[in-house]
Amino acid sequence: MRFAFTDDQKMLRDTVREVLQRECAPEVVRAAWEGRPEGVRAVWDTLADTGVIGMTASEDAGGMAMSELDLVLPLEETGYAALPGPIVDTVAVGIPFLEAAGTDAQKERWLGPAVAGEARIVVSFEEQAVVAHAASADALIVQRGGAAFCVPVVEASVSPEQSVDRARELCRVAFEAGAQYRMRDDVDTAALFALGRERAALGTAAQLIGLSRRMLDMAVQYAKDREQFGKPIGAQQAIKHRLANALIEQEFARPTVYRAGWSMATSARDAGIDVSLAKIYAGQAARFVAKEALQVHGAIGYTIECDLHMWMKRAWALAAAHGDAAYHRERVGRHIL
Amino acid sequence: MDLNFTDSENTFRRECRAWLEANVPREPLPSGDTKEGFALHLQWEHKLFDAGWAAVSWPKQYGGREATLFEWLIFEEEYYRVGAPSRVTQNGIFLLAPTLFEFGTDEQKERILRPMARGDVAWGQAWSEPNAGSDLASLTSTARRVEGGWRLSGQKTWSTRAVFCDMAYGLFRTDPEQARHRGLTYLMFPLHAEGITVRGVDRLDGDEGFAEIFLEDVFVPDADIIGGVNQGWKVAMATTSSERGLSLRSPGRFMATAARLIDLYHRYRDRSDPVLRDEVIQTWMDAQVYRWFTFQTVTRMMQGESIGPDSSMNKVFWSEMDVRTHETALAIIGDALELDEGSDGAVDGGQWMKGFQFALAGPIYAGTNEIQRNIIAERVLGLPRK
Ligand SMILES: Cc1cc2nc3c(=O)[nH]c(=O)nc-3n(C[C@H](O)[C@H](O)[C@H](O)COP(=O)(O)OP(=O)(O)OC[C@H]3O[C@@H](n4cnc5c(N)ncnc54)[C@H](O)[C@@H]3O)c2cc1C
Repeated sequence: MRFAFTDDQKMLRDTVREVLQRECAPEVVRAAWEGRPEGVRAVWDTLADTGVIGMTASEDAGGMAMSELDLVLPLEETGYAALPGPIVDTVAVGIPFLEAAGTDAQKERWLGPAVAGEARIVVSFEEQAVVAHAASADALIVQRGGAAFCVPVVEASVSPEQSVDRARELCRVAFEAGAQYRMRDDVDTAALFALGRERAALGTAAQLIGLSRRMLDMAVQYAKDREQFGKPIGAQQAIKHRLANALIEQEFARPTVYRAGWSMATSARDAGIDVSLAKIYAGQAARFVAKEALQVHGAIGYTIECDLHMWMKRAWALAAAHGDAAYHRERVGRHIL
Repeated sequence: MDLNFTDSENTFRRECRAWLEANVPREPLPSGDTKEGFALHLQWEHKLFDAGWAAVSWPKQYGGREATLFEWLIFEEEYYRVGAPSRVTQNGIFLLAPTLFEFGTDEQKERILRPMARGDVAWGQAWSEPNAGSDLASLTSTARRVEGGWRLSGQKTWSTRAVFCDMAYGLFRTDPEQARHRGLTYLMFPLHAEGITVRGVDRLDGDEGFAEIFLEDVFVPDADIIGGVNQGWKVAMATTSSERGLSLRSPGRFMATAARLIDLYHRYRDRSDPVLRDEVIQTWMDAQVYRWFTFQTVTRMMQGESIGPDSSMNKVFWSEMDVRTHETALAIIGDALELDEGSDGAVDGGQWMKGFQFALAGPIYAGTNEIQRNIIAERVLGLPRK
């Protein structure tokens, strides 16, 4: 038993952290909110240069053949930065799916560019009415009637919906389910979609942990800086206890996410249950931290001017995405009761 | 990261399980917080020690097995899984012993540890005073210098099971000129010596689990100081993390309670609604989460990191989880919850109400959860003290 990441895994995290600190400041997230995604595009390019975008692709495809466990820390950092865009979709789900089930032509067209950061892949599961980031993606992997299709976004009809998190471009996707889009039928794509759902839930949980950490950092900093009654508000016990509670929620959610990453990477028995725990606790923690962070900020936190809201809204959206607490709790319930 | 147990950890688990299954008393012992129950628990402790299971992580010379921390956690999981008796030696083995390992002399370790672990000498913790609870540094009991030792005077209170114990340990003011944290010394003292009066106090659950200790010029030799004169605060604080953290409440205990709760739920499921079902699931998940959090912490410890104020997070988590778990159990039982131990219709012998009452103490003892939250805010998050 050894519950710790390797130095290599931590180094990759540090690289991502550094890139995001430099290139994905809150203004970049804000710009994406306001319909100016150039900054986010640039971050994507840098992340591709460092190998992060292609990390799950095989070495033959120019990637690093990295596992779900390797993904967890880098994705946590993308949550910390509230990086907009389909990084979980492309890196955790899309690229491995394409590599496993793409026809030669589909791989030829999309795999190399995806690994190089030039094409983004978004996956649309059967049960999803709306899909995040489809409009700015290049290829869609769509589950329809149990079959898998790989559709160039330019050939699909993508109609936008508005997310509470304006940096998440939600869309409805429709396309002509023609044979030219079919993915390989000699692989079990239903199983691949099932695996994709787990990966999406895990990646989202990792981002949620990062979102929590950032919101808590903001709130702690604010509590140290803001003075009322002649002293920092953070000297008041009511504020201290809120923030202590937020830290506890966050720190107990963290190992559930790491554990789920390990379970998936090793195909452990009941890996899906571990993913459910991760999604439940990470979502719960992020929502809790959001609430506490807002209260600590007072009215300034209740504005669009204060950065906090972008993290809160992402947290609300992600806590419900890829299975909300009720969905995952039910799965755990069926397992243990 | 490797979250599988190693072959040797699995072997260790099998050994624990085999011994425990063969030796744990079939009928649960009466509460260890009563006089006759305590005596029966000590007999169990003798057996545990003689087979080498009383303090698995200790050095062999003191009766341990030099088990790793993970093996210790495995032992605990197996211990509570089979429903073995609660550990009345706990305030010795888990609270005093870590202090002795860090600050004790070789002579003290030689003299004290084996009888402690075997239950031949039972230890009580005498930290709290009537006017020094959370604010421990305001304590007023004194130790006066005399030829060859010290004379202790004052009053301690809430000392768990001290009515049945032989020895106790606590802080005494050795330098009357110094205030608060300074001028305190960590001392061990006998509970049956001249000048001592120990009075039992019934706890919420009705057991005589508490004691007040009155000291009047009780003699203690120099050899019973731990860590040096006027060094008491440092000695006490260095090991508070054992109390808050995993050594007092390892995950195995809560995993076992969660398993019992699931069993209860199945037996009463016709009475359970979806809300209760969700709460049962939550309990199981919380115990799992506590386990993984602990494994992460233990890995850090085994890599040589010190955990420090992070242990306050453990304390809040396990204590509040334990309360929620028991509340769920009582909700499942419904109006039969009031049927106390000894009543015919009591569900599972009334253990859930008893356990609930004890769980309610969790947020109070070992440093209240308010104090833990202060520590987390100030020492982990770095918020200003004033
Ligand atoms: C079951 C049980 C077993 C125990 N066993 C032992 C034992 O073996 N040996 C021993 O020495 N002691 C023991 N204790 C005592 C325990 O350590 C104390 O109860 C504890 O330290 C709190 O002290 P107090 O009870 O005097 O409460 P107080 O300190 O008077 O606190 C009362 C309330 O005020 C709150 N409060 C106090 N200060 C602050 C603050 N600064 N900020 C916010 N809130 C505050 C507390 O959190 C609490 O809610 C035991 C207690 C229990 C319940």
